[in-house]
Amino acid sequence: MRSDTATLFAEGPVGTLRLIVYLGLAVALMVFDHRGGHLETLRRGASALVEPLYRLAALPADLARATRTAVTTQESLAGENRQLREQLLLAQARLNRLDTLVAQNARLKALLDAQKNLGLSVQFAHLVDVDLDPFRHRIVLDLGAGAGVVVGQPVIDAHGIMGQIVEVLPNSAIAMLITDPTHAIPVVVERTGLRTIAYGSGAIDRLELPNIPLSADVKPGDRLLTSGLGGRFPAGFPVGEVTGVHADATGMFAAATARPAAALDRSGEVLLLKDQPPPYGPPEPVDEMGPPADLAGAAPRSALPGAAADATP
Amino acid sequence: MNRARALDWLFAGSLAVAFLLQLLPLPAPLLALKPYWVGLVLVYWAIEAPERIGLGFAFLYGIASDVVAGELLGEQALRLVVLAFIVLRFRARLRFFPVWQQALAVLALLLNDRVVMLMVRGFAGEAMPPPTFWLAPLVGMLAWPFLYLLFDDVRARLRAGE
Repeated sequence: MRSDTATLFAEGPVGTLRLIVYLGLAVALMVFDHRGGHLETLRRGASALVEPLYRLAALPADLARATRTAVTTQESLAGENRQLREQLLLAQARLNRLDTLVAQNARLKALLDAQKNLGLSVQFAHLVDVDLDPFRHRIVLDLGAGAGVVVGQPVIDAHGIMGQIVEVLPNSAIAMLITDPTHAIPVVVERTGLRTIAYGSGAIDRLELPNIPLSADVKPGDRLLTSGLGGRFPAGFPVGEVTGVHADATGMFAAATARPAAALDRSGEVLLLKDQPPPYGPPEPVDEMGPPADLAGAAPRSALPGAAADATP
Repeated sequence: MNRARALDWLFAGSLAVAFLLQLLPLPAPLLALKPYWVGLVLVYWAIEAPERIGLGFAFLYGIASDVVAGELLGEQALRLVVLAFIVLRFRARLRFFPVWQQALAVLALLLNDRVVMLMVRGFAGEAMPPPTFWLAPLVGMLAWPFLYLLFDDVRARLRAGE
C-alpha cells in the first residue's frame, strides 16, 4: 500500500511543503489587505486593468436589453409612454402643491435662521451589469474618479437610499448596497422619531433592525428615514418600511425586519449625491490641552506611562 | 508547432472566459446557483495538463481572480491553491474515472472549497451566508460533464486537424 501510494502520488511538484508555503502566502496577503492600506495602491493599479473586463462581461446583458427594446411593439411602447405621461402629470401636480410648502418652509427657515438647506446636487450614473459575488451586495457604476466620484458618496434611486460608494476606479465605481451583510445605516422611524440602526441582512429584500428597546413603539408599516447621524447619509431619505417586529433571541430587545424602499435589484440608473452633508455629532476632539510641553515638566509624563509611550514613537 | 500554439490559446482563452462567466449577471433568484467557473476550469486543466498547472500558477490565477472580483486579496488564491493541491494529488485516479464519477469528485471538491471560503470569511468577521450558499457546488457538479466533454472534443479536433 505504501509503495502503491508512492508511485501513484509521487509525481509533480505538489509537495506538502509547497502547499504550506502558498497557503501561508495567501493568508499573509489577506491579513495585509484586511488590515487596510498596505495594498491599496497595488489594488488600484490592477483594478484599472480590470475595468475593460467589467464592460465586456456586461455586454451580453446590454445586448439583450437592446434587443428587447428593438423588438418591442409600437403598441407596448405607446402604452408605456401613456403610463409615463400619467405618472409625470401626477408628479407635476404633487410638485405644484409642494411648491407652496417649499415657499412656506423657506420662510419659516429664514425665521429660524437655519443654516442647512436641502438643495440636492446629484450625478446621474448607470449600472454596469456585472455580478461580483452573489453573497455580497455590490454594484458597479459607470462613473469613476474621472467624474469626481469619491469614496463615501451616497447612492440613491427614485425611491430611496441604495447604498454608498466603497471603491473608486478611474472610470467606474463600486457601491455597497444597504442590504450587504457588512453595511449599517442610521435610521429614524418616521412616525415616532425613534432612532436606531438598520443592518444589511444579505437578502436583497430585507434589512434587520436588531436592537430596538422593548418599550419602543414600532409597528409593521412604519417608514424608516435616514437620520443623518454619522454624517455619511443626509437626513430624510426613505430607507425602507418595517415589515415585522418580534422579540430577539435574548428577549431583551425587540428586533424588526424592513423592506428597502429603493428598487435594489431593479434600478438601472442611479443618482450619486454630490454634496456631503456637514458632519453631525460631537465636535472633533481637541488635541492640545493643559500647559505647553516645555512648562509641563517631567513628573506628569512619568506618571502616565501610556501617554509617554505615545509621545515617543 | 501550430497545434501547440492552438492549445496555448485554448488554455489562455478558457481561463479568461471563466473570469467573464464569473462576472456574468443573472436574474436575482438564480444568482446563488452560479457555479464557481474559475475553479471548474482550473480543475479541468489540472487533470488534463498538470504540466501547466502548479500550485504557483493556481496562486497567481487566484490573485487575478480576486482583483477581478474586487475582493479581499488572497481569498480565491487560497481556495484555488487548496483545489489544485487536492486535484494534483489524486490526479492519477481522477483521470480514469468515468465522467459521472468525476462529477461526484468535483462536487466534493467544490463543497470543500465552500468550507474553505466560509472559514476565510468567518475569520474576516462576516456573517453566516444563507443556505443557498451550498447550492452552487451542485450546479457545478451538473456543469462538469458538459465542460469536460466540450473541452475534450475541442482538444480532439485540434489533434485531428494537425
